[in-house]
Amino acid sequence: MNELLAGLLEAGRLIVTFDADLIEISLRSLQVTLTAVAIASGIGLPLGCWLAVRRFRYRRFVIATLNALMGLPPVVVGLIVYLMLSRAGPFGVFGLLFTPTAMIIAQVIILTPLIASIAHQAIRELWAQYHDLLISMNTTRWQRILTLLWDGRRALMTASLAGFGRGIGEVGAIMIVGGNIDNATRVLTTAISLETGKGNFSLALALGFVLIGLAVVVNLLIHTLSRTEVSGRW
Amino acid sequence: MVNEILPLSVKDAVVRRRGKTLLGPVTTTVSETGLSIVMGPNGAGKTTLLRLLHGMERMAPGGTIDWQIPEEEARARQAFVFQAPIMMRRTALDNVAYPLVTHGVSKSDARQRASEWLERVGLSDSAQKQATVLSGGERQKLALARALIRKPEILFLDEPCANLDGRATREFETLLMQAFKDGTRVVMSTHDIGQARRLAEDVWFIHHGHILEQTPAEEFFASPKTSEARAFLNGDIVE
Ligand SMILES: Nc1ncnc2c1ncn2[C@@H]1O[C@H](COP(=O)(O)OP(=O)(O)O)[C@@H](O)[C@H]1O
Ligand SMILES: [Mg+2]
Repeated sequence: MNELLAGLLEAGRLIVTFDADLIEISLRSLQVTLTAVAIASGIGLPLGCWLAVRRFRYRRFVIATLNALMGLPPVVVGLIVYLMLSRAGPFGVFGLLFTPTAMIIAQVIILTPLIASIAHQAIRELWAQYHDLLISMNTTRWQRILTLLWDGRRALMTASLAGFGRGIGEVGAIMIVGGNIDNATRVLTTAISLETGKGNFSLALALGFVLIGLAVVVNLLIHTLSRTEVSGRW
Repeated sequence: MVNEILPLSVKDAVVRRRGKTLLGPVTTTVSETGLSIVMGPNGAGKTTLLRLLHGMERMAPGGTIDWQIPEEEARARQAFVFQAPIMMRRTALDNVAYPLVTHGVSKSDARQRASEWLERVGLSDSAQKQATVLSGGERQKLALARALIRKPEILFLDEPCANLDGRATREFETLLMQAFKDGTRVVMSTHDIGQARRLAEDVWFIHHGHILEQTPAEEFFASPKTSEARAFLNGDIVE
């Protein structure tokens, strides 16, 4: 209990004093995850919609694979990306290991299946609702896809937000490919892990509270922004 | 309104699903004008027939459905109102404007015409509401406006009043009659005998996937030819 309280106080102190390390680490967390979410959404949202609307031979197989990939253990993703990017690996020449770029790559791999899968689910429901109407109105395939994307935009945003939530709190993969290097690849989650290991519980907790706060603020911000254009159903 | 797609001739049309014959063989003609009511007990095949004519059911090989113009063009000049109105997650106004927008009308023109239609069906006050919050009767009126906005030459309606109360049904019927007077060919199914009496010019009585009678309304109600139709009109359970 004492530690929780101390953690809260410490978090407050770090924030009001604009602690330079805290700000740097937090911004890096945001930068890595937001970039990863943007890329993963760019791939995952259209992929999810496409899977919902198109019928093709291996559709079921692709969906099953996607759902399986959603459960990929981040540590394993981290390990594989590490092997790919290490000096001896196929992409070793780019020297990306232990850079934020490597962390983004790992997160994109973790987040894309998640975002695609949630998008697929949502758009499939919407398509089931709209199917007869859009067919009856003689719409083209493209018009159908655009209509579903537009009318399903809230659900799609929820998919991206879920991706953000998973990414910002992820530690396993990022630790392996980023290396938790001070001033280079340290982010909130890896810092928490480090401080906990060192026994600095109040600092670790403080970072934890900042992490939670960040996740909440980003969620609220996006919800609020999308509310300005008058609501519908979520 | 000049009707270029009708008459429609249907020959030996059959709908099968998983080896089971749901409808047909149906051979009939849909004349250029009129208000036809498709009647029959639940499961008779009313929905299947309307969807088939509208081009939304796959026909078994061997049948033909011939419009006066190529099928692709004919498809664009019809509209369908479903039993459970499908509301898009948009405002009422944008729901009605949607068919215009997908057919190349600019957004502002489409909204202009949509708001005229909302006015006609008495939904002006709800223009900016999300369509999904409208009541059952309002939804069906919205669906009707959306179906009529591109001036279809034929309008199919599948039990549009099945879930409406008396007042909403009366309002809907008034709007439908207006569309009919304005020259739209109407084919509508119902299992409400009262509604059929109020609206029908001719009746198609359908049972077990077959059209058993296709007669002028007066004649049908005065002296139905088949025992099934007689039983149905008497309110007996027809199986
Ligand atoms: N998706 C479906 N799969 C299999 N059978 C169906 C399906 N839809 C309808 N049917 C069957 O087709 C027959 C005709 O149905 P329908 O056209 O909906 O009748 P109605 O509209 O007159 O109540 C019924 O026997 C019904 O059980
Ligand atoms: Mg039906």
